[in-house]
Amino acid sequence: MECILGIRFNDFILLAADTIDSRSIVVMKHDVDKFFPLSKNLLMAVCGESGDTTQFSEYIAKNVHLYKMKNDYELSPRASANFTRRMLADSLRSRERYNVNLLMAGYDEVEKKAELYYMDYLASMMELPYCAHGYGSYFVLGCLDAYYKPGKLPSGVV
Amino acid sequence: MSIMSYNGGGVVAMKGKECVAIASDLRFGIQLQTIGLDFDKIFQAGPKLYVGFPGLATDTQTVHQRLKFRTNLYELRENRKVSPKVYASMVGNLLYEHRFGPYFVEPVVAGLDANNQPYICAFDLIGCANAPDDFVVAGTCEEQMYGMCESLWKPDLGPEELFEVISQALVNACDRDAISGWGARVYVIEKDKVTVRNVRTRMD
Repeated sequence: MECILGIRFNDFILLAADTIDSRSIVVMKHDVDKFFPLSKNLLMAVCGESGDTTQFSEYIAKNVHLYKMKNDYELSPRASANFTRRMLADSLRSRERYNVNLLMAGYDEVEKKAELYYMDYLASMMELPYCAHGYGSYFVLGCLDAYYKPGKLPSGVV
Repeated sequence: MSIMSYNGGGVVAMKGKECVAIASDLRFGIQLQTIGLDFDKIFQAGPKLYVGFPGLATDTQTVHQRLKFRTNLYELRENRKVSPKVYASMVGNLLYEHRFGPYFVEPVVAGLDANNQPYICAFDLIGCANAPDDFVVAGTCEEQMYGMCESLWKPDLGPEELFEVISQALVNACDRDAISGWGARVYVIEKDKVTVRNVRTRMD
């Protein structure tokens, strides 16, 4: 399964994703972009069922943009994440669920802090300092448990 | 794997003398991987009314939001805060509406009524209410919690003793369950204040 991971620091968030699209052992595409910017300060990284990822992410991105057009100000990261969770939870108990796992990273201009939201395909959401989806999580989470510090990164260490 | 043990967790509530306590563990995990350490399953529904939703995490959040919607409407129409018995009735009603496609949570309600008498109630996933005089438990470690509560609980405990009893019951029960634990939060509701405390548990 594809891996996406995110780490939250005091003023910024790092999001990373692999660029592979594969079916079991066959790699279909090497250069997939799994990031979907929702607004100036909001980025979503998505993995999961191929078509669902694009359809769901575009739907969320367009709705976030619509809010801005209607109200003249942007949805906060917390509101966008909760909106996304609501859409995913509603689809869960309907004709066909969206099978997407995502990480949403945003910087809230009003509260002046960075927020990283983890959401799995069942629409369980949590705001976390670091998180990952996919098999990569088994390796990365232990590392981050040991070495994570929310302050600035020492330069050159990623 | 059972749906009710996909995320794991446990909630317990106990009656005391003019006080109630409700406690939950803080683990957010997916099967055997722990993802978050601050997933409190207890939410406030009124000034002296708290409810916990152990079970599938997505339904914990969804049921809490759906109930908040209903209680907001109730409070706007009736112009008063919802009482514990009425709230419990709403919970049971919401769950039974989905009798053939249920929400996978087993709610626990704990609060003080208008006369500051304690009220606790637990439900199964389709809304069968159980409002006893001593304690209620729910979650993946409920059997362990039954054992702990039965041994430790006595009637008419004061707030401080009730805190000790409920903390020990929850912590020791979670220690014997692989998918519960990773921290605990205890709410003690008295007639004039609510005290929230984090309790240290084994972090495994």
